[in-house]
Amino acid sequence: MKKLINYKPNRTSNILLGLLPFAVLIMVYMVSSDARLAMNPDDKLLPAFSQMGESMYRMAFEPSKRSGELLFWQDTASSLTRLALGVLIAAIVGLFVGVLTGALPIFSAGFSPLLTVVSLVPPLALLPILFIVVGLGEVSKITLIAIGITPFIARDIQRRTQEIPAEQLVKAQTLGASTSQILVRVVLPQIMPKLIDAVRLSLGAGWLFLIAAEAIASTDGLGYRIFLVRRYLSMDVILPYVAWITLLAFLVDYLLSKLNRRLFPWSVEAQS
Amino acid sequence: MSEKKVVRTMIQANNIGKRYGQDIILERVNVRVQEGEFVTLVGASGCGKSTFLKMILGIESATEGELLLDGKPIPNEPGSDRGIVFQQYSVFPHMTVLENVIAAKGFQKSSITGYLFGKEKKAAKQEATEMLEQVGLGHALHRYPHELSGGMKQRLAIAQAVICKPRILLLDEPFGALDPGIRADMHALVLDLWRKHKLTIFMVTHDLKEGFYLGTRLWVFDKLRHDPHAPNAYGASITYDLPVGHMAEPLFDEIDQRIRPLSNADQNIEDTAL
Repeated sequence: MKKLINYKPNRTSNILLGLLPFAVLIMVYMVSSDARLAMNPDDKLLPAFSQMGESMYRMAFEPSKRSGELLFWQDTASSLTRLALGVLIAAIVGLFVGVLTGALPIFSAGFSPLLTVVSLVPPLALLPILFIVVGLGEVSKITLIAIGITPFIARDIQRRTQEIPAEQLVKAQTLGASTSQILVRVVLPQIMPKLIDAVRLSLGAGWLFLIAAEAIASTDGLGYRIFLVRRYLSMDVILPYVAWITLLAFLVDYLLSKLNRRLFPWSVEAQS
Repeated sequence: MSEKKVVRTMIQANNIGKRYGQDIILERVNVRVQEGEFVTLVGASGCGKSTFLKMILGIESATEGELLLDGKPIPNEPGSDRGIVFQQYSVFPHMTVLENVIAAKGFQKSSITGYLFGKEKKAAKQEATEMLEQVGLGHALHRYPHELSGGMKQRLAIAQAVICKPRILLLDEPFGALDPGIRADMHALVLDLWRKHKLTIFMVTHDLKEGFYLGTRLWVFDKLRHDPHAPNAYGASITYDLPVGHMAEPLFDEIDQRIRPLSNADQNIEDTAL
């Protein structure tokens, strides 16, 4: 008998072991749901999967009586647009600030203390200010996401830039490179895969700010919907929405990691 | 070697010293180097040979004395007249072998990005390919550096440096991490390029044998005075300045004995680190 620490599952049992907790969770849910519905058919707390399916079908394929829109897709499109714009702005600003402060000591001296302080401000505490300054529209939500994750991306990129071996920067200079040439040809290309990694790490926070902003002031969006139907205890909508948000988050992360491998084949191995 | 070499002083060190806080690394270094010399720098670790190389490179400056290049103080930042090959990290990991060398050509142009287009790019590609064939990388033009062996990476780094036609080539333990067999090939390559491109070379090495037989001149860095209670109270200087090729065996052994204990320890650390 091997020691437990040396026991490695093979491929099949690896997958089965991975699926097991999901199966257990679903089973537990189904049993509890059945038990509650047997006692009270109008119970709203643990709806059956069939009820969730009906509700989602209504949300996704039947036009809303009030606005005539397919609410589920409308919510998804609005939320993803906000998230994408917010993250895009954060990535661009973070890249510029990070590369400049990471590569040029004079920028670092000027901006690093500010960046540290800004990154300590809780973004949600700024939300009222945003509502006052830019109103309740789309801009406030996008700005919240951008403000929330820019400092993280900027600091991460700054650190990654500083990790580029000094030898490379000296070498480029001995080949005749100017500061701008070093930034554009040596630093920036090596930072791009790190930027995608930083975006992947910051998406969790991005979703948090998105849903918070939508919950407080919005007329559509995934976060808006789950906070809206909470008033009617509509767990049959909330639970599928949460699962859908999780799936979207997973897909975005997965696609970004694929993109990274496709665009920068040298970066995976070059790290070692 | 070259027939009508203009003999003039290229590098001149006048009483150079270097200290970091209380620690004195170098003191009273006085040397002159003429164009076309191949100087190897040996010594125990921490004896300032790399510091001296970095002074020529322009990323360190002397705290005492002056270092002159063609009679003028050496620029205090790296420039294209002084090429460098480090032990590692000398090539750009995000470019293929060919792109690495073409980029070096692009950096020579004064533009914002250093990208080359059209005719210029074609010419650079041609020249880069020839250069790479000269260093024996003609078969690996489209590989990325992480796909190359240590020796091939150093060949690429050398090609990159030489294509920019530097007057001085600085080698900072360039072959320290390579196998002995590959080292011999690299020695042949460096000697070949040195003759062909009429370079002035400074090479720091751990390997005394490399220093003894590769260049035209050998410098041994060592401390002239030593205070056992304050190991850093006195700096190192050049204790032997020898023309290579006119040396007796006992001298080799003598220098070897002086620098061996430390340099061997370094070698072991390097080996285990790899």
